[in-house]
Amino acid sequence: MSSSKRSTIIVEQLRKQQMLESLSRGKRLDGRNFESYRNFEIEVGIIDKANGSAKVKLGNTEVLAGVKVETGEPFEGLENKGALIMSAEVLPTASSHVEPGPPDEEAIELSRVVDRGVRESKMLDLDKLALIPGKIVYTIFVDCSIINSDGNLLDATSYAVVAALLTCNLPIFEVQNDKVVDTGNIMPPPITTIPISVTAVKIGDSVLLDPTMEEEACMDARLTITSESDGNLVAAQKGYTGPFTINQILRSVEIARIKGEEIRSTIKGLNETG
Amino acid sequence: MSELKLIDENGRRSDNRGIDDLRQIKITVGVVKNADGSAFIEFGKNKIIVAVYGPREVHPKHMALPDRCVLRCRYHMSPFSTDTRKNPAPSRREVEISKVIRESLEPSLILSDYPRAVIDVFVEVLQADGGSRCAGIAAASVALADAGINMRDLVSACAAGRLGDKIVLDINDLEDKEGDADMPVAYLSNMEQITLLQLDGKLSSSQFSECLNKAIDGCKLVYEIQKEALMKKYFGNETELKEEI
Repeated sequence: MSSSKRSTIIVEQLRKQQMLESLSRGKRLDGRNFESYRNFEIEVGIIDKANGSAKVKLGNTEVLAGVKVETGEPFEGLENKGALIMSAEVLPTASSHVEPGPPDEEAIELSRVVDRGVRESKMLDLDKLALIPGKIVYTIFVDCSIINSDGNLLDATSYAVVAALLTCNLPIFEVQNDKVVDTGNIMPPPITTIPISVTAVKIGDSVLLDPTMEEEACMDARLTITSESDGNLVAAQKGYTGPFTINQILRSVEIARIKGEEIRSTIKGLNETG
Repeated sequence: MSELKLIDENGRRSDNRGIDDLRQIKITVGVVKNADGSAFIEFGKNKIIVAVYGPREVHPKHMALPDRCVLRCRYHMSPFSTDTRKNPAPSRREVEISKVIRESLEPSLILSDYPRAVIDVFVEVLQADGGSRCAGIAAASVALADAGINMRDLVSACAAGRLGDKIVLDINDLEDKEGDADMPVAYLSNMEQITLLQLDGKLSSSQFSECLNKAIDGCKLVYEIQKEALMKKYFGNETELKEEI
């Protein structure tokens, strides 16, 4: 077993060497510039049984997010707010490395970082989603399935979640004699802003956006920055084992704001054309 | 949030600190007898004990790496550490924090010096008061040094955040819950590198940069306290140590 591991390490180092050489010439192995994204496609409303859904493709990475709306008890300490619950699962379909089972730390971090962007930006105005304050509120589940994994799962998942929430329809519930009744009508969700995450990875001295799985295998560190519609920053997460300098971080923040605005306008367009 | 008055008209915070003040920090080295290295940190009302075991043989064996040491980290909160009892089973939050703590420590360690071995870092939060991941990182780095693990630098950690229009150092529990933004940062003071960066809450681009710089200034203060704690254990005069006991 250890000899096969040694050969994997040799292959990894060779691949990293090749990548560093290419990056020193200003090119990535797939020919992209450092700050360009792969082909980005987004489709919404593809699951009829969900209250909202979106499928995002970023190159070969493919993520599906579905929104299901129910009523339930509010969270402790947030009695007058709707409840938002997010999960992400890397399906065994996603790559040969995935084994079915409970989410590992990678998947937990993924859903928590995506959740942080939506929650901290107050994208959904949860104050408007209480039915009987303190007793019954809207419970909004956003579950994500990673169907194919080829890097940058964080951004792909975040775009799918945002698009699914933006285009979802909430059932209108009414309170009759202290009971909650589904009226059979629907309404758009109370959206206040659109949070967009942009992840940069550091390989050697180069900082790249939208990494492939191959690039992630060579990365020293990763930084995810989430900005909202007015350009403010709402969440950040450094990941992986390498460090960043202050300047690399501040530059990534600026790139995240500019790139985020570009992606936001694409996602915004979904609602207008849809 | 403003009705709560996290900062009064004299610039004083809920616990009477100024905007650039750290809470009281005390680190004691070598508090767990069986461990290879250990430290106890009191960071405001946070009380956290860290024990390091290793380098030692890896179990399960297939986890071993031929060219370097495996670093494992567990951040765990005791059930009595919070206002309402915390379920002792590891939560998703604890899984994420364990991961970011491990990743914040790893750049400081020379893991290639211990191939096929493992170093386990156990961070146990006995009392939580906001900023426990930063306090845990600072204590863990000292415990790793106490265990004699080869390292390039100590990892220091501190959060900064926003209360209204003020950027303040070292967010406490109340400020974490009621404030507007919280940014925990870990920093290698000699190497000038950032090994942990998270953000919860809203900041403009210039506030982001102010907050990051403030957190790094805090890390530098924590670094001095970490060094002092190690000096005290290894070079401190004996009468002073006896008084402690």
